[in-house]
Amino acid sequence: MQEIAIRADNLTKRYDKVLAVDNVSFTVPRGAIVALLGGNGAGKTTTIAMVLGLLLPTAGAIAVLGEDMLKHRYRVLPRMNFSSPYVELPKRLNVYENLAIYARLYGVPHWRAKIATLAEELQMTDILDRPYGQLSSGQKTRVAIAKSLVNDPDLLLLDEPTASLDPDTADWVRGYLRRYQESKRATILMASHNMVEVERMCQHVMMMKRGRIVAEGAPDELIARFGRESLEEVFLDIARNRRGELQDAAQ
Amino acid sequence: MTGSLGRIYAMVMRHVYLYRGSWPRIAELTYWPVMQMLTWGLLSQFLVTNSTFVAQAFGVLIAAVLLWDVLFRGNVGVAVSFLEEMWSRNLGQLFASPLRPWEWAVALVTVGLLRVVIGIVPAALLCIPLYHYSIFDMGLPLLAFFANLMAFGAAAGVAVSAIVLRYGMGAENLAWVAIFAVAPLTGVYYPISTLPEWIQPLAYILPSTFVFEGMRGVLLDHMFRMDYFGYAAALNVVYSAIAIGIFLHIFRIARVRGLLLQMGE
Repeated sequence: MQEIAIRADNLTKRYDKVLAVDNVSFTVPRGAIVALLGGNGAGKTTTIAMVLGLLLPTAGAIAVLGEDMLKHRYRVLPRMNFSSPYVELPKRLNVYENLAIYARLYGVPHWRAKIATLAEELQMTDILDRPYGQLSSGQKTRVAIAKSLVNDPDLLLLDEPTASLDPDTADWVRGYLRRYQESKRATILMASHNMVEVERMCQHVMMMKRGRIVAEGAPDELIARFGRESLEEVFLDIARNRRGELQDAAQ
Repeated sequence: MTGSLGRIYAMVMRHVYLYRGSWPRIAELTYWPVMQMLTWGLLSQFLVTNSTFVAQAFGVLIAAVLLWDVLFRGNVGVAVSFLEEMWSRNLGQLFASPLRPWEWAVALVTVGLLRVVIGIVPAALLCIPLYHYSIFDMGLPLLAFFANLMAFGAAAGVAVSAIVLRYGMGAENLAWVAIFAVAPLTGVYYPISTLPEWIQPLAYILPSTFVFEGMRGVLLDHMFRMDYFGYAAALNVVYSAIAIGIFLHIFRIARVRGLLLQMGE
């Protein structure tokens, strides 16, 4: 039987009159890379925040690595990590200090060696002593990825992991994340606007619109189902409601 | 160091790193208590020959201002340490980690304590050569006063942090001003009997009132009032429980409303 990393059942999040996530159910198998796609306000970040336990759902249930996140999130948080453009690290602390704090928070054994390895692999040894606030956005992204991998997570949640990176660095980061995922058999759930990235990295895609999953499947499968040439065209069809068969596809 | 202790240590180190790398922050911690001590020391030198109250014990105003600073800085130390995370937009990262809210609160109080010690001790030491007055001459009662004021300041800081978490950066100034609400009531520089009679019962629901009355007891009557210490400690238990309750309740509201991801400068 396939192991499940994330199971969401009828997940709903309502802020007063706004329904941010509307009765969403999905599973993410262990060892898979899965993408949440959708326009701004589609509910991707809200869904990821609920998986992390940063946000309590209005209704529904969510289990991560076999644990109920509403009851036992602290059992599983040491095995997870995340990176998001919506959060930062203390700007006046240098990179090493920031990573040291998070390594201690996650209870990483031999954390100095771990930071040294990550710095080497992510090519950031020369910026370890620089204040985080003085880094370029590309350097900050690399530090955020180092922080998200400091505890060798079994489940990695990435919100726009290559936003603000130049194409060359973004491609390198994607390769690095893929190698990490393969070597650890880790699970990655990522939200992205970069369709090329999703096509290259993900085995499964969930398209969100107005808080609902309106289409899902493997990237090739979705492209074929919508009769398009690329995932970007599928995304635009969904975002702009261009095709009448959207309803059928969603079903 | 692992488990809760390791995480508390990590959060304390987060602030140690911050201060270690910034001498203006350290200077800011000591600047205001020293200025206060200088002003009130000079005033005391004047009043010692012009006021029967100060003439009874030269240090009564200096001790009061130093102890008031313990309360004020205990409150500010906790609340500003909390604000540092908001300014850094770091709350989401912290609470996606295994850090528990109570561990964070313990770390904030520890950092608040360190800030108080760094801020007050130089002022208290400087007082000795300048005014030939040592607050340390109070002996063990000083430790009792310090502990009670620190506990009350920290409880107020935790409660203020919760309010800022709930209402956002628009409420950040509360970190500095909220504690002044107790200043007129708690009798820092004058006995509670000075207050209008109808308001005196209100003064006695504050732990700090028993500390300042107790301090005057030690300096003027050379007597440590154990009953005052007991009242202050008991009230601190109540205020700390209320503050932690408010903090945990608002932390849950923050998770319902998605505040942990939205906060920032």
